Amino acid sequence: MNNIFVYCELTEEKTIADVSLELLSKGRKLATELGVKLEAVVIGSDLKNIESQVFPFGADVVHIADDSRLFPYTTLPHSAIVLHIFRHEKPEIALFGATSIGRDLAPRIASALRCGLTADCTSLEIGDHFENKTQTEYKNLLYQIRPAFGGNIIATIINPETRPQMATVREGVMKKEVLDQSFKGKVKKTDTAAILRDEDFAVEIIERHMESSKINIKNAQVIIAGGYGVGSRENFQLLYDLADVLGAQVGASRAAVDAGFSEHERQIGQTGVTVRPKLYIACGISGAVQHRAGMDQSAQIISINTDPNAPINHIADYTIIGSITDVIPKMIRYYKANSK
Amino acid sequence: MSFRIIVLAKQVPDTRNVGKDAMKADGTVNRAALPAIFNPEDLNALELALRIKDRMSNCEVIVLTMGPFRAAEIVREAMYRGADRGYLITDRKFAGSDTLATSYALSLAVKKLEPYHLVISGRQAIDGDTAQVGPQTAEKLNLPQVTYAEEILDVSETHIVIKRRLERGIETVKSALPLAVTVHGSAPACRQRVAKLLMKYKHARTVTELQNETKDYTELYNQRPYLQIDEWTVDDLHADISMLGLSGSPTKVKKIENVVFAHKDSTLLTASDEDINKLMKELIDSHVIG
Repeated sequence: MNNIFVYCELTEEKTIADVSLELLSKGRKLATELGVKLEAVVIGSDLKNIESQVFPFGADVVHIADDSRLFPYTTLPHSAIVLHIFRHEKPEIALFGATSIGRDLAPRIASALRCGLTADCTSLEIGDHFENKTQTEYKNLLYQIRPAFGGNIIATIINPETRPQMATVREGVMKKEVLDQSFKGKVKKTDTAAILRDEDFAVEIIERHMESSKINIKNAQVIIAGGYGVGSRENFQLLYDLADVLGAQVGASRAAVDAGFSEHERQIGQTGVTVRPKLYIACGISGAVQHRAGMDQSAQIISINTDPNAPINHIADYTIIGSITDVIPKMIRYYKANSK
Repeated sequence: MSFRIIVLAKQVPDTRNVGKDAMKADGTVNRAALPAIFNPEDLNALELALRIKDRMSNCEVIVLTMGPFRAAEIVREAMYRGADRGYLITDRKFAGSDTLATSYALSLAVKKLEPYHLVISGRQAIDGDTAQVGPQTAEKLNLPQVTYAEEILDVSETHIVIKRRLERGIETVKSALPLAVTVHGSAPACRQRVAKLLMKYKHARTVTELQNETKDYTELYNQRPYLQIDEWTVDDLHADISMLGLSGSPTKVKKIENVVFAHKDSTLLTASDEDINKLMKELIDSHVIG
């Protein structure tokens, strides 16, 4: 069996993006289970020593394509490099972040290689499949598990015949785990000049305004999340007040983001980030399946809701029946009173 | 030669407002309970196309949709808002197509409309949220792509300048034409139906729809041939049947499960001072906070 490949994205600061490190960690486990190697692909410019960021996560090989024309990311040059490597190495599995970049690049690659691609997987497992129609047994396929139909069902997708088996995964879904700080793999340099053609640069970036993310709800220990039931952007301020006192981060449901109460970067759920804090306080969140999918792994959940029948209450450890404007100031008051 | 824009649009079940009756008692999805709508980001794509048409003297906007017969509604809806014409790609042989097989069929339909300048679609459809069909169609057409477009800043016969909305910022790119573009939901909302166009196109029908009409449209269609919405089948596209439907789809659904969350025994509290005080004390004592 051939190897597992992870496309590694670069941040604005030219470090490997968290989502890619998370995928390397997952890829390492899958590779060990299948008895194959884990290979990373890093494409960009000024990549001196970049391998040192990748090896601790257990990459046996890192392919480096270092060329001044390859940062910032543009579709066709990155696609050309990845296709060159994949056509040569014929990966068994290829993983991409479900990010602005990964969701732009992966479908292009899958189309060129005519292989299957599953977007936004929430779980990846190895398993077998028996095809009744052809009476064929397939061993050690990648089960690509994802919510579908607005999150109401969970589908397990397989690609029995085509390779690589491709999947994208959102940031925060897999766990970032260093395998061994002193782990060392092999570096393979890609000859970019031989691969890239002038027509690959048809799209030219003329201006960019990027921000490093200031909001980091993914790693927060305590999250105060607001839903449509919070009622207004002004009421959302109460959540920030409580967050300040508890040293927490503020999150939001899709409904709250759509209503303009909060920014998209704070969105938790299937189309936002997945979180697993020590404590999750859900304020005025009814708990649609899409939202629960992104937070049901929280160690403790408190739901504050005026509706005793809100679905979120079924997964909450504590349910407080009441309004945000009444409950949150009291929480702040009694936290201060008891923490001294 | 006119400036030709092809808009790819999909009719989707409205998964954003899944009510209680959307799931049947046996736990399967009740599609009938969900209204069929114009995929929201495809409407944003239509708007960007119409804005180009607004500022160019000789521009035509053609909408392509793939789906069952009733998806002809998408073509009519687009024409009510300003599209010049449209085609419905429909054939039972497309059933079961994944994104790869879908993009193959769409790319063949787009090729029938050469020469074109832009192929534009929404970033993703709300029934799958994959965002794969746009880039895959671009690849099959051997076109460069610009995803997550928010605004067209400039356009000429040969070039286009586009503002993109990314997760962590914005980017302005310039590209030669032809080009494939996918449009982000932060782009301007689509204009409403135009009364004059609604009157003009309200009798537009596909061949299949005409067969089911009780009224005789023959004379009307002789006078106004533009009312005819063409249907394209596998044969019209000269498609390789092995690349369509289930056989042309590398991804297979192995299993579907309903989402079941484990119920916890929830402690029910009121908003009273006493209850909140007790809760905060517990959380501090168990070192969850503080």
